[in-house]
Amino acid sequence: MNDSIQDTIIDDFSLMEEWDDKYAYIIELGKKIPGLAEEFKLDAHLIRGCQSKVWMVSRLEGRQVFFEADSDAIIVKGLISLLLKTYSGRTPDEIIQVEPYFIEKIGMRQHLSMTRSNGLSSMVKNMKLHALAYKSKLDSLSN
Amino acid sequence: MQQMEVIDIKAIREQFPVLHQQVHGKPLVYLDNAATTQKPASVIEALVAYYKNDNANIHRGIHTLAERATMAFETTRDEVRQFIGARHREEVIFTRGTTEGINLIAATIGKQRVRKGDEILVSAMEHHSNMVPWQMLATEKEATLKIIPINEAGELDIQAFHSLLSEKTKIVSVVHASNALGTVNPIQHITEAAHQVGAIVVVDGAQSASHLDINVEEWKLDFFVFSGHKIYGPTGIGVMYGRKELLLEMPPYMGGGEMIGEVRYDGFTTNELPYKFEAGTPNIADTIALAESIRFINKIGKESIRAHEDDLLQYATERLLQFPEIKLIGTAKNKVSICSFIVEGVHHQDLGILLDQAGIAIRTGHHCTMPLMHRMGLKGTSRASFAIYNTREEIDALELALKKSIKMLK
Repeated sequence: MNDSIQDTIIDDFSLMEEWDDKYAYIIELGKKIPGLAEEFKLDAHLIRGCQSKVWMVSRLEGRQVFFEADSDAIIVKGLISLLLKTYSGRTPDEIIQVEPYFIEKIGMRQHLSMTRSNGLSSMVKNMKLHALAYKSKLDSLSN
Repeated sequence: MQQMEVIDIKAIREQFPVLHQQVHGKPLVYLDNAATTQKPASVIEALVAYYKNDNANIHRGIHTLAERATMAFETTRDEVRQFIGARHREEVIFTRGTTEGINLIAATIGKQRVRKGDEILVSAMEHHSNMVPWQMLATEKEATLKIIPINEAGELDIQAFHSLLSEKTKIVSVVHASNALGTVNPIQHITEAAHQVGAIVVVDGAQSASHLDINVEEWKLDFFVFSGHKIYGPTGIGVMYGRKELLLEMPPYMGGGEMIGEVRYDGFTTNELPYKFEAGTPNIADTIALAESIRFINKIGKESIRAHEDDLLQYATERLLQFPEIKLIGTAKNKVSICSFIVEGVHHQDLGILLDQAGIAIRTGHHCTMPLMHRMGLKGTSRASFAIYNTREEIDALELALKKSIKMLK
């Protein structure tokens, strides 16, 4: 499924040819996102990676799911910011359907497959799980 | 510096096919040797040659191929015996690696010797492989695992070690060279003291076997374990040396083919050493190739290897200390060629990712020593570890890439 949000991300990256430009941009993004307040960095919100940690919380507003996330490693945090851009503020159905294909297209696939060393691929899974829970909540309300 | 002239690093590098490649468009700089070393062509060729020419199950066959394979397999045992200075060839037991060796010891003589209330001593710098098997044994036997503390430089507190030793101590299991810090521990001293209270001594030689001279007989070690893949050999093959008197009294670890003398419906007798501990068809190909890795080391000589690696360690240490934001982790007087460090304000994973983009392979993380990291108040470190084929130019490349990466991340 094509996704205009992700296509914009891919376009942004297509302007950068050198690896250091891409990473400098991701690092910049990582520095820019607000992250989570310390009180949310609880084990309950932790997606465990072998080397770096990811914390994620979500909330439902109307029919939209909003995510906030943080990491102790800056590159992961930058990639998180792109995942949030892709998924946060969308409906549960969209979140469940959309696959983060931009990651491969911008040359960052290795970070998604490094399941043991960071929490990124688990983060995608978790966002979908949260969306699924909100979906069944919304479904039961409308019934 | 005289030894430096006699070894030709360029010629040595030529023997390692994997080194001649580009990663992300830059020449590969492989500095993750403490995790696994690369393999010389002779090792790779031995693997291929075995499967091409000699493949057969060993020991039982009477045909020519079985005979050739058995000869080659048992020749490795002789090479290993010499390599570690064992008295008897049957003291050399083939395992999958260091981890299996320690588990074997814990599950056999460990269960025999350790009783409720007894103590097992390990150091604060142990790899999980030399920690968890003893935790499992201690839990099962209601024994206590005691930890020999370290000082700020990452050296064992020998005084504390002596005060922890008692007649309750049944096993002392210590790493010879630390994979996270590089520290070389005084194994002979530890062994002597442990033997005085009647404890058996296990030495984890995973990080020492390719760098240091090993002499299990002279040092009176009870057990010495190491992995083939960290000494330029294949993965999946390792060695457990055990003193013959102990191996004879130990029960077998796994049951199956090869380890039996006779089997009846109501029981079995065990085979003689070393086969008692080598149940099932062994890892024949990798064992045969392991002999080539030992020959590779012997041909250069450990003294020359150490001279070169010490030079790299010293050079890398100097270069890293140029960075005001870098702190070395592990500053023991006696070290193998391992440089562990942290960069203030930079997550080790970020650093590892950016160095990889520059073609430089280092290790980042807790190095399977989580208790040690915890004790030092660290989440992990970055680690550059050097082997015989590394060069000062590669350390220069590391320095350059570090400068750029730190600038990007700060």
